[in-house]
Amino acid sequence: MKDAHVFSHYKEAVIGAVVDLAAEHPEIVFLDADLSSCIGSTTFQKNYPDRFFNCGIAEANMVGVAAGLASVGLVPFIHSFGCFASRRDYDQLFISVGYTHQTVHVIGSDPGITAQYNGGTHMPFEDIALMRQIPGLVIVEPSDAQSLYELTQQVYANGHSSYIRTPRKGICFRYTPEDKIELGKGIELRDGKDVAIIATGALMVDAALAAADMLKEKGIDATVVDLHTIRPLDTELIERVASKTGHVLVCENGRYAGGVGEMIAGHLVQVNPVKMGFVNVGERFGEVGNLKYLSGAFGFTAEGVAAKAEELLGK
Amino acid sequence: MDKARIDALKDKAFDIRCSTIRCISSFGSGHIGGSMSIVEILTYLYYKEMNVDSSDPKKEDRDRLVVSKGHAGPAVYATLASKGFFPEDWLKTLNQGGTKLPSHCDMTKTPGIDFTGGSLGQGFSAAVGIALGQRVKKISARTFTIIGDGESQEGQIWEAAEAAGAWKLDNLFAFLDLNGQQLDGYTKDIIPQVHIPQRWASFGWDVHEINGHDFNEIEKAIEDAKSVSGMPHMIVMNTIKSYGYIPGEGIKGNHSMPITPEGAEEAIKALAEREGRV
Repeated sequence: MKDAHVFSHYKEAVIGAVVDLAAEHPEIVFLDADLSSCIGSTTFQKNYPDRFFNCGIAEANMVGVAAGLASVGLVPFIHSFGCFASRRDYDQLFISVGYTHQTVHVIGSDPGITAQYNGGTHMPFEDIALMRQIPGLVIVEPSDAQSLYELTQQVYANGHSSYIRTPRKGICFRYTPEDKIELGKGIELRDGKDVAIIATGALMVDAALAAADMLKEKGIDATVVDLHTIRPLDTELIERVASKTGHVLVCENGRYAGGVGEMIAGHLVQVNPVKMGFVNVGERFGEVGNLKYLSGAFGFTAEGVAAKAEELLGK
Repeated sequence: MDKARIDALKDKAFDIRCSTIRCISSFGSGHIGGSMSIVEILTYLYYKEMNVDSSDPKKEDRDRLVVSKGHAGPAVYATLASKGFFPEDWLKTLNQGGTKLPSHCDMTKTPGIDFTGGSLGQGFSAAVGIALGQRVKKISARTFTIIGDGESQEGQIWEAAEAAGAWKLDNLFAFLDLNGQQLDGYTKDIIPQVHIPQRWASFGWDVHEINGHDFNEIEKAIEDAKSVSGMPHMIVMNTIKSYGYIPGEGIKGNHSMPITPEGAEEAIKALAEREGRV
């Protein structure tokens, strides 16, 4: 497996994964909606100009065109900012892709508050909830460049439509090419007996790990899970950490309704109800600012996660 | 077109109209208006123009048809059944639980349906994608699509029109069923569709305007369109909603109508008399 250290930003990792796949698979095509220079799908265009189509600022049509391309045996990857890739073109995703059983891979960039300076209009808090309503659609939110590269390739191999939720800018390296990263299998990064912190995406996994360090100083042992695959849900892992700790805190860069926390709660209530807490955007809309400001404003920090964990534990 | 060929197509269109009326009557009601207005183009495409094989409905190099105004399903089903894509008996199952013939065209259920319609505007984008995909895969085939004038109120139609024009998809042949009516009444009273040929031309399309119930005009428009390269083709068909189901002609509420089996036979008898078939 390629070492993701060759990439400088998340966007290079996700596009690099598709470009590398396309070398082996001539059926892969790429569609963008006037954001190719933002995500770097220009690299795909440069390598495969006959298989790249800029659909302009018309996301609904882009999804429909992708569905048509899929129906003749091609495999489209499409990109827009997550807000447009989910809310703006939702009926097209639901009907032309989901209902018709076509396979289209959707890259939704800048999820949640990572939209930063584009502000509240560009912050998808509901994208996971929307995508969860489409039967069979796989949802991933990798937490580093290596897992982003590998999971992008794995959703292609999986064959079902997918939603790849990733920031464009910045990068972190949590895993190496030797680490086992498997679609549908979360990764237990810390083993602790008191509380299980389940997080999705780099922002929340980083906050969860830092929170675990803070909690350790207070004598609280936290398990930390990188839930890079939101759907299908790794129920075995969820049940195991819930049984081990009796307390589950779910951290997501999005909204509770229909999101990861509600999904996990909906499973655990059936098999092993435990005390749960949630870190998410609550009932707020997005706002503009840098990531440091926004993380503080929404409580997506080590302090914010640790405080929620202590509250859950009744400390 | 010589008289014998026209008469043969007219005979086939008459049969498809009868099957469409009986299909809807088997359920008791349905989208008769928008089904009957596209019978001639369906007849021409399946009996004269399209490279399709009912014994191999998914062959890769086939021509494809996307009926984006998917509520015209009954007419499409009647045509596909007459071509042998499935048994005629299926037409009696319209909209029944477990049927393969739902009210709106569904590619996951019906042999011969190339893409799902129903959420208006979406089939047209898919048709653009299919034509583009045929080009990418270097398949020498064409994509045909039928849209409605009411459907053209959807913004997605124009997003797709822009893209097809920009990509110069000359293997895409679109037909606009300009019957002047939509569910709530006359299109001119709701959101009028004006300057239609000019609008499509301005989007980079090769535009033709015809009487959509005249086989000579249909053939000429398609043949003329084939001679134009580097542009997608729009054939604006002036049609009459419910044409051939006489109780629905010229009235406002003909988008979906109740039809009993007895009413169907009376309507078919009236149509046969009007066409001089009795």
